Amino acid sequence: MQKNRSNNFIVALQNYITASTVITAGAIYKNQQVVFEKAIAALPDFLLSAYQHFEVKYPKFYKMDNLGKLGWLAAEIMLRDSGIADRYQPYDVGVVFSNANSSLDTDLKYYESTKDIASPALFVYTLPNIVIGEICIRHHFKGENSFFIFDRFDASFIEQNVNGLLNNNTLQACICGWVEVIGEQYKAVLYLVEKTGDNNQVPFDEENILKIYQLENG
Amino acid sequence: MSDLKKQIVEQLNLQEIKPEDIGDDQALFVEGLGLDSIDALELIVLLQQHYNIKISNAEDGPKVFRTVRTMAEYITAHQAQKV
Repeated sequence: MQKNRSNNFIVALQNYITASTVITAGAIYKNQQVVFEKAIAALPDFLLSAYQHFEVKYPKFYKMDNLGKLGWLAAEIMLRDSGIADRYQPYDVGVVFSNANSSLDTDLKYYESTKDIASPALFVYTLPNIVIGEICIRHHFKGENSFFIFDRFDASFIEQNVNGLLNNNTLQACICGWVEVIGEQYKAVLYLVEKTGDNNQVPFDEENILKIYQLENG
Repeated sequence: MSDLKKQIVEQLNLQEIKPEDIGDDQALFVEGLGLDSIDALELIVLLQQHYNIKISNAEDGPKVFRTVRTMAEYITAHQAQKV
């Protein structure tokens, strides 16, 4: 837990998970409840099916790579009806993501395209943080953002990093988590973290971060 | 021009737009079809892949890619030069 000094006392500031989305293994969970399920093996088909199910209208979705579609859709579902744009200024909301394979899934596809005529549309997705840009464009977020690469999900790091950004007032709210695509393997776990929660507030700590991350395991 | 419209929709992955919805003289960028700079690069690739045309002068781009009609005229002029 990040600690700030105030009036000579060390104060631990508690932040809260006010919403979450998990997309993995043919299912989408919002706030730990299943909101969409479809047994489709191919990730692009599953994401398109979910996009249509939630009646999203955003033509640029079709142009995104799989990592972009996965993270963007997870954020879209999590933030729908959240009123986040009404509660915060653009620079108050940031994004902190992580995964293990960066943009490798698209890098390989782009490499294949270079054997003929390199695809500009693929090239622009050969960085992992492009998915953050897509979310920020959609929701007009302009706060600090980062994309970290780890061997595996590091709940402790995410907790410390995001608490730091909130507790030193760099951000007032943060969308954070894990967005991973490699081949047909995929998993997105997003958390909306704010300084105050409602009646269903979930403290933003390592235990709760991991509980949501491992949701599909029951 | 209907073939060209189909190629544009396919190349740019415009899944919510039907080829016939694109007007011959509708602006492709900004206030028209709303294409962006990456789409412009994809249109260059389209000309190269389908018509073996390379745009060597970057300043030609805005004129060539203004509408489907200007693209078609550019393709036709280029093909005539090769005959």
